[in-house]
Amino acid sequence: MRMQKNVIALTVAAMAASVSLAASAETLTIATVNNGDMVRMQKLSGEFTKANPDIDLEWVTLEENALRQKVTTDIATKGGQFDIMTIGTYEVPIWAKQGWLLELDGLPDDYDTDDILPGIRGGLSMDDKLFAAPFYGESSMVMYRKDLMEKAGMEMPEDPTWEFIGKAARAMTDKDAGTYGVCLRGKAGWGENMAFLTATANSFGARWFDMDWKAQFDTQQWADTLNFYVDLMNDAGPPGASSNGFNENLTLFQNGQCGMWIDATVAASFVTNPDDSKVADQVGFALAPDNGLGKRGNWLWAWSLAIPAGTEKAESAKKFVAWATSKQYLELVASNEGWANVPPGTRKSLYENPEYQKVPFAAMTLKSIEAADPTNPTVDEVPYVGVQFVAIPEFQGIATSVGQQFAAALAGQVSVEDALKSAQALTTRAMSKAGYPK
Amino acid sequence: MSTTHSRTAGKAMLSPAVILLFLWMIVPLAMTLYFSFLHYNLLTPGTSFAGIANYQYFLTDPAFFEALGNTLAIVGGVLIITVVGGTLLALLLDQPMFGQGIVRLLFIAPFFVMPTVTALVWKNMFMNPTNGLFAWLANTLGATPIDFLGHHPLASIIMIVSWQWLPFATLILLTAMQSLDSEQIEAAEMDGASAVSRFFHIIVPHLARAGTVVILIQTIFLLSIFAEILVTTNGGPGYASTNIPYLVYMQSLLQFDVGGGSAGGIVAVVLANIVAIFLMRMVGKNLDL
Repeated sequence: MRMQKNVIALTVAAMAASVSLAASAETLTIATVNNGDMVRMQKLSGEFTKANPDIDLEWVTLEENALRQKVTTDIATKGGQFDIMTIGTYEVPIWAKQGWLLELDGLPDDYDTDDILPGIRGGLSMDDKLFAAPFYGESSMVMYRKDLMEKAGMEMPEDPTWEFIGKAARAMTDKDAGTYGVCLRGKAGWGENMAFLTATANSFGARWFDMDWKAQFDTQQWADTLNFYVDLMNDAGPPGASSNGFNENLTLFQNGQCGMWIDATVAASFVTNPDDSKVADQVGFALAPDNGLGKRGNWLWAWSLAIPAGTEKAESAKKFVAWATSKQYLELVASNEGWANVPPGTRKSLYENPEYQKVPFAAMTLKSIEAADPTNPTVDEVPYVGVQFVAIPEFQGIATSVGQQFAAALAGQVSVEDALKSAQALTTRAMSKAGYPK
Repeated sequence: MSTTHSRTAGKAMLSPAVILLFLWMIVPLAMTLYFSFLHYNLLTPGTSFAGIANYQYFLTDPAFFEALGNTLAIVGGVLIITVVGGTLLALLLDQPMFGQGIVRLLFIAPFFVMPTVTALVWKNMFMNPTNGLFAWLANTLGATPIDFLGHHPLASIIMIVSWQWLPFATLILLTAMQSLDSEQIEAAEMDGASAVSRFFHIIVPHLARAGTVVILIQTIFLLSIFAEILVTTNGGPGYASTNIPYLVYMQSLLQFDVGGGSAGGIVAVVLANIVAIFLMRMVGKNLDL
């Protein structure tokens, strides 16, 4: 058995060696997420290798959390496994500050960096230097059922307030029929319920830390946010909401069990697709709600391509990053798959394109992205960057634990007051362990 | 008859395997121990000596005692369900019946389903309070569906894990039952012993050794239950279903805190050993160890 394995391994090695001798091509290893848009990029990458025969591509496609663990470990330990990494707006500022990423200068002339939406570009830059190129951008917005809204005798404005959402949700709820007025994330995780709640807290004027990095969960604003959320979900949310993340809510909405759903703008193409959604022809869109404090409860996220600083294949890697995030790539997807499937939310020119403007959720997506400001996410001043996250390394761990406390409050295991107390205590503890204020 | 000479030769022959196994265990353990005394977070460059700070933070974490309690609850709960249920099922499967082979195969099936898959199926198809089977049952009976994972997370985890391990216990106990001399049972029957007393006085003592094996092996695996928690509740709500392995995972992979995670790992090893020693004491006398 062992003998056999060795023989096989040797044969494979020999074959690999002979292949690499035959073609003096450079191989780029690309780590990416298993989202539809990235899988499509993989399919279309044949076009790139046709134009650049001296570059081979090797793909490592993983689920979001697994990918994050893998690339973070790799870059932190200088593993050098990957030449191009797909990372989010949370990682870019942290990694750029550590000097782990290659600056993306010297991109081709027709790349047009100025065409990138300012909010997204700001989130991927440090000192006005670009460290990652956005592949697609997203914000969050309200998706609602026009028929249920009508039945409740209400009309959704383009820019609703939380008060209106609360009223409408309760009016739409019919628990006996299995219809719930609003489906919101409740599953614990920094990218699950905390993404939604942090963005929502911004519109209530709450913040994670004050200018001295002191945790703020003991403030009235957080109490207002969490009380509003828990009451609303108890009155008008589906049962078991504390285990619902993006995918669970998507299923509920597509089944026609939700009146409203406030979540990622990329979900718009799934809920309006008649193949998957029972309510495809009844979906309307509105901006994420606010409280009249000048900030809306929507987030900002972009999956982006970045190159580790230690790479020896900088030129080829830059070539690929430029290709995958270029205007030409958008046109390539459109000609193959139609405009609705183009990676959204990165370039001004896409939203100026009359063809793309016909897509029903295009305008609302752009408005949502433009309404988010990573450097001034909430009403008061903050020492951090990030709309629905805080761009410091410790945030993932802290926010996941806080998310657990808030999920417990939603499930009715603890009171809102106690959940906030625990959140305050654990955040303070973790921040002092990490040595803040720095 | 072995001479001193041949015994020495025997030991020499064995030594490569023994040394390899020892290294296999000791190198990772030593590295973990070393890391646990360092301030070592992947996201902040550089390491420095931390003394016992990592242990302090891990052991004073409000989540720690809850996780410890949950770990023991999972082990205890699943053991009781699988041993009692396994004995009763084994008794049932021991009866001659039509299609015995097929029935036994069906009983063993859950053991071959991957933990992550099991957890997903339970979470989405059984326990989901809007679309799950249990919710449908409750609705047909006119009751309110229970939100299992939200309101009874630990009991739900115990239920899922029990379902997975019940076949294992059943299988081992059934094998033991089949090795029981039928003449003993017949003799007892002739002496007028009722079915119940036959069960308690003949079958149960006969199963003691097999039961011990079941308890020992399961404990080792149940102390490190992880996939089921990750897929269903993520340790929540709050820390209601966080066990020690999940806590270590949170430290090392969600926070990239190698030092804290290693300290947690060492604590988990120590705890597992304490549990194992107690178990050996309690049930070990049934085995010739």
